[in-house]
Amino acid sequence: MTNKGTPLVEMRDISISFGGIKAVDHVTIDLHPGEVVGLLGHNGAGKSTLIKCLSGAYQKDAGQIFINGEEVEINNPRDARAQNIETIYQTLALADNLDAASNLFLGREIVSPLGFVDESKMESETRKIMARLNPNFRKFAVPVSALSGGQRQSVAIARAVYFNARILIMDEPTAALGPHETQMVSELIQELKAQGLGIFLIEHDIHNVMKLCDRASVMKNGQLVGTVNIADVTDEDLLGMIILGKKPAKAA
Amino acid sequence: MTQAPPPISAKSHAADPHLGPVARFLRATEIDTRLLGMAGALLLIWVGFHLYGAIFNGFGAFLTPRNLWNLSVQTSSIGIMACGMVLVIVTRNIDLSVGAMLGVTAMVMGLLQVEVLPKFLGLGHPAIWIITVIVGMTLGTLIGTLHGWLIAYRGIPSFIVTLGGLLIWRGSAFLAAGGKTISPVDSTFALLGGGPYGAVGATGSWIVGILGCVGVLWMLRNGRANRRKHEFPLRPMWAETFLAVLGCGAIIGAVLLVNSYPWPAGILKQYYERLGQPVPEDAFISHGFAIPVLILITVGILMTILMTRTRFGRYVFAIGGNPEAASLAGINTRWMTLKIFALMGMLAGLSGAVASARLNSATNALGVFDELYVIAAAVIGGTSLAGGIGTIYGAIMGALVFQSLQTGMVLIGFDTAVQQIVVGCVLVLAVYLDNVYRSVSK
Repeated sequence: MTNKGTPLVEMRDISISFGGIKAVDHVTIDLHPGEVVGLLGHNGAGKSTLIKCLSGAYQKDAGQIFINGEEVEINNPRDARAQNIETIYQTLALADNLDAASNLFLGREIVSPLGFVDESKMESETRKIMARLNPNFRKFAVPVSALSGGQRQSVAIARAVYFNARILIMDEPTAALGPHETQMVSELIQELKAQGLGIFLIEHDIHNVMKLCDRASVMKNGQLVGTVNIADVTDEDLLGMIILGKKPAKAA
Repeated sequence: MTQAPPPISAKSHAADPHLGPVARFLRATEIDTRLLGMAGALLLIWVGFHLYGAIFNGFGAFLTPRNLWNLSVQTSSIGIMACGMVLVIVTRNIDLSVGAMLGVTAMVMGLLQVEVLPKFLGLGHPAIWIITVIVGMTLGTLIGTLHGWLIAYRGIPSFIVTLGGLLIWRGSAFLAAGGKTISPVDSTFALLGGGPYGAVGATGSWIVGILGCVGVLWMLRNGRANRRKHEFPLRPMWAETFLAVLGCGAIIGAVLLVNSYPWPAGILKQYYERLGQPVPEDAFISHGFAIPVLILITVGILMTILMTRTRFGRYVFAIGGNPEAASLAGINTRWMTLKIFALMGMLAGLSGAVASARLNSATNALGVFDELYVIAAAVIGGTSLAGGIGTIYGAIMGALVFQSLQTGMVLIGFDTAVQQIVVGCVLVLAVYLDNVYRSVSK
């Protein structure tokens, strides 16, 4: 798949270091509308760190971020949300003591004209979106700590989807899930892609990458090994990039 | 997804034949079983002390209008601060300095109204108490803000900041007045502490009570309308009626109680002397709700609204549940921490006004050990030190339980050493029971 025109996101020459160690070292990646870009690499390769610069959890030391060709400053998660960037973290980032609706709307509560939180409205909206994502979900009135791994995942996904994201970051969305739930997430990714969202997918499972992604950017030791079109490479090529840091000769 | 859908919300009000009548009743009325447990414990303590007094001392002094009225006044100062402590503990912090903040704000308010303001305004000027309370609460807010800033923006653990604060503000209170006791306070200011004049009387109490009942009915009605609007299951009508009767009954009961405690003979005499009349034979003037109790109730209601109906409250719970998630959701956790400690300071200042008004003086002993009582009240009331869990009404109930124990033991003549042992045991037991309750109700 080739992409022409202005990318939805371009992270150009991003660097960030922690205590002298370069976690991300001059990395450039981009993402187009309706595209899924896989981010691959070993643990500690810098994938999550790079993507946290986009989601606002970390601040880059150097480099530029462009959204639709315009440079933006993302200094905190609020800035990222203002750009319609939504993130599903590996840890899910849920407040365990709050119920599904409170987590879904955390930081963006629906308030009445008097400034009070409209709890019923939020619960009813949560019921609507959950009916779409996970029709079996019933536990609206209990803290999310009482939910199963899959149910928690669906709350985290609902949070990203509800607010009309244009750019979605998914950090190992299927890591803790069973086969059925993994299938559900795959279908959701296809559906969102069809709606024209751009998705960054951090994923360890090569088969999922081959199945879901259009392109893959591979990182090793904080540096970008290369970005390839999935259609042009094999599993072995990708593994070679991840393990040896070697870019296959035939890929662009 | 994989789990079979348990019929939690959709059918929660349908009569489930497998449940016993008690469980069905609790489910239909949606009464918080924790609250019920605390009310039960409180009743047990009250009846227990009364019977002990009646059997061993020949006089049950606990369940008398006089004692319960005094109990309500004594609970106020700790209760006001416990409301703020809930927020602090829910966000996984602690404030050991509340007693010292109370002490220093009370001392500054004492000096201001006794030695400074009368020089400019004249003794007994009606503005004195207002200026004094505003200055006291502002001072508390500033101290709390300083603590919050050191904790949130300078990364010093709250335990250390407020332990330092405890020593610093206690010492400052002593230095401010050179160790003297400042007395008597402004006569209007003194009303904030209760006493026969510092209460709203029979008519005032009925007005408060009726407003309370209207509030209860409005909340039930509003809640029902809201559920219907969003097509959530409704409580059965009998359950709504029961809640209305229970709520209004409790309020009216409280009004009857405070109205049945008359002014003592000495005060009556003073009152009629001032009117230039003889004391009538059948003179009966009710105390009614004490002003500090009304302050506590107001603080409790406002703080409950803050915690359950505003974004601020949401964020407090979210930070307590998972600080990282809160921060990733775009919540400025540092700024929140600063505001929470500032609020705690403000409430300590208010509490300082109530406590010094009650004593009619600002002393160096004011607020000593209050930090421990306040923390104990919040914890007995179900605030989890692990963070994320706590309620305002729980903390106020906790303060009431705590004060009931102390008052009760004084009434039946336990000495201080035994009192301390009992209170210590109750604190540990309460937290243990709470743990058990939580693991069972999960």
